[in-house]
Amino acid sequence: MAQASAATVHAHEHGSHEHKELHGVLKYLWSTDHKVIAMQYLFTGMFMAMVGGFLAYVFRMQLAFPGKSVPLFGYVSPGRYNALITAHGSIMIFWVAMPVLIAAFGNFLIPLMIGADDMVFPRLNRLSYQVFLLSVIVILSSLFVKGGGFGGAWTAYPPLSANAKYNLTPLGSSMWLMAVALEFVAFLLGGINFITTLMNARAPGMKAYDIPMLPWMVVLASIMFMLSVGPLIAGAIMLFFDQNLGTGFYDPARGGDPILWQHLFWFFGHPEVYVVLLPAVGIVLEVIATFARKKLFGYKTLLYTAAATAVLSFFVWAHHQFIAGIDPRMANIFTVTTLIISIPIAEMCFVIIATLYGGNIRLSTPMLWALAFMGEFLIGGVTGIFLGASGADIYLHETYFVLAHFHYTFFPIAIIGTFAGFTYWFPKMFGKMLNDTLGKIHFWGTIIPFNFIFIPLFILGLEGQQRRIYDFQNFPELQHLQPIRILATISLVVMLLFQFVFFFNVIRTWIKGPKAPKNPWHSNTLEWTVESPPPHGNWPPDQMPKVYRGPYEYNHPDREDDYWPQNIPPEREPTPSPAR
Amino acid sequence: MSTQSVTMTMEGSRPEPRRRPKLVASGVMGMLMFTFTETMLFAGLISAHAIVRARFSGQMWPPFGQPRLPVQQTAFNTGALLVSGIALVLAHLAYRKRARQALGPLAIAVLLGLFFVVFQGVEWAALLAQGLTIQSSSYGSFFYLIVGLHAMHAVAAILCLTWAWFRLRRGTLTPSQFGTVQVFWYFVVLIWPIIYLKVYLS
Repeated sequence: MAQASAATVHAHEHGSHEHKELHGVLKYLWSTDHKVIAMQYLFTGMFMAMVGGFLAYVFRMQLAFPGKSVPLFGYVSPGRYNALITAHGSIMIFWVAMPVLIAAFGNFLIPLMIGADDMVFPRLNRLSYQVFLLSVIVILSSLFVKGGGFGGAWTAYPPLSANAKYNLTPLGSSMWLMAVALEFVAFLLGGINFITTLMNARAPGMKAYDIPMLPWMVVLASIMFMLSVGPLIAGAIMLFFDQNLGTGFYDPARGGDPILWQHLFWFFGHPEVYVVLLPAVGIVLEVIATFARKKLFGYKTLLYTAAATAVLSFFVWAHHQFIAGIDPRMANIFTVTTLIISIPIAEMCFVIIATLYGGNIRLSTPMLWALAFMGEFLIGGVTGIFLGASGADIYLHETYFVLAHFHYTFFPIAIIGTFAGFTYWFPKMFGKMLNDTLGKIHFWGTIIPFNFIFIPLFILGLEGQQRRIYDFQNFPELQHLQPIRILATISLVVMLLFQFVFFFNVIRTWIKGPKAPKNPWHSNTLEWTVESPPPHGNWPPDQMPKVYRGPYEYNHPDREDDYWPQNIPPEREPTPSPAR
Repeated sequence: MSTQSVTMTMEGSRPEPRRRPKLVASGVMGMLMFTFTETMLFAGLISAHAIVRARFSGQMWPPFGQPRLPVQQTAFNTGALLVSGIALVLAHLAYRKRARQALGPLAIAVLLGLFFVVFQGVEWAALLAQGLTIQSSSYGSFFYLIVGLHAMHAVAAILCLTWAWFRLRRGTLTPSQFGTVQVFWYFVVLIWPIIYLKVYLS
């Protein structure tokens, strides 16, 4: 009996692509194929990136030309301004970085890179996207309800967020909270799937250290997400109760504590930075190893470093609260942990540099993005030291310096990392080769204006300009900085306009681009052994790949080719197998 | 160069790759991950409760005019829940010997779980009648939030166990499915004593 049922389980768990392939519209609404779900996440994320970019354009125009009507939008009222910055922040973090970096790349690449036909829980995967889509609908509609969208910034500190008396957005703030909660449920389901898939569905022969970096990083990020999100959900439920059921969890007059939210929020909020960083690093490492034609330097070092980052990131959250009234002795401890966490990150940078050193570097578009990630993220990391030191933070807190630092970490992660991955795996995803020249124009047109947006904001921050202010004309001592604000805004517009080059390139390739071969970059990992684009079930059932070596065997001295795919059996076998 | 050729022969001498046996069934693994997140959720709530409780140190707790929680009755109820957990362990052991033998202990686990939830409901009715509501004080807010969330989990887990019971009777319950619902119920059972300790006895 027990044996019989064990056998059915066996059949059940291995037949994860027994479910039929769907066709037509149904394919895009109801598919459980990991590649279709990845595309759903990718396109939803890109759409949300356009929304978030547009919001940034509107409020930057207001800052540069205060009180003037913004083309394509109209006049920006103070309430509207708050709603715009809140929506920009939340959308870019929760609805762009996470769905694209973790859900889209994770879904598309984890089964392909580990040689599985699909995720372990395909239906859970579909549910994950459906819940995510619901959260997208809720957050977008919250911008149009009576009273307007929530304007309490993406950190949603009480008492402003807890009571409609203060925020004046009774519907908007609750909907914002609900959308964030739904989004977390979606990623919880996704995370469970990623971790279990990596553990239980690897190709025969793929040991822990034969797994390419990207699946490792996505799974580490998922583990971090799942361990850190609980307290924030707890906080969000309490905030929702404060908003709608008349409780007083964050109301000091009724025995509550407003700082409590900050602890619960940042306990999630800081690991979240690394949750999105690790997948981006994973993408960059794949690209760097392929285009440097060299074995990744220190595979294990890198893996342990990433794990150390994951652990340390749970002990740094209070550096967001140095001036919130926490005990100064606590501030000392959190300064130390914050400075320590820069060590593993620096180590990752050294590993990348060491991989590049002596390599046979090919500067294709994905490689340019990967190198830019390194350079720009370094600026973000170095400026973080100033903010992590509690003494300097007292001066810099809540200024544009924080904002610029944050964008120097997040833009490389969410935008540069995504473009590196997108241009690298585009041939596999869509079966066509992108145009390299247009890709490079888009690259330089994004990177140069990016620096012209945010380096000026560092200067503004050092001059003492506070964040989240609607109009700086009321501050005479900040008047002379207006040209810097205009420079940043114009750079933003230029950068946004250059994104049309990207869209043009994608659409042109879609229509008449050259067909992509199976392995255009001569890379080693398993996703390059399937057709481009991969069919349903990835490999033919009788030709599922087997793994014979690690993922980064480039320029091996005994090989004629400069690459050695993971699935090619060794040429000299010590004992001849019966198959020969 | 020489070390590299050594690596080469080592690479070449890898045995023919075979699919490894799974350490943990996928369903069980997924549920374990889920319970880790849930544990952190309750940890967040319980520490929030502890922080707010600390603001009242030296003052009256429960706050003035608020009823005390029924500590003894709930201790009894806690016992019922723990016994339910033990019944599920017995069901697991019986299942490994002969699947259908698990029907009895599994039913006991379900019924004790239901008893726990109903008993809690009766307790809530009494507390509400005594004037402890979710709005009456942060004491009441935390009580209803944490205990209510646990009750929701208990109801969901009881539904899963009932589903497993029916499948077991029909002979279609797989070991992985049974393992998955077991993990969920053990989570509900084991988190409760901590809640009892931190919410009722603090």
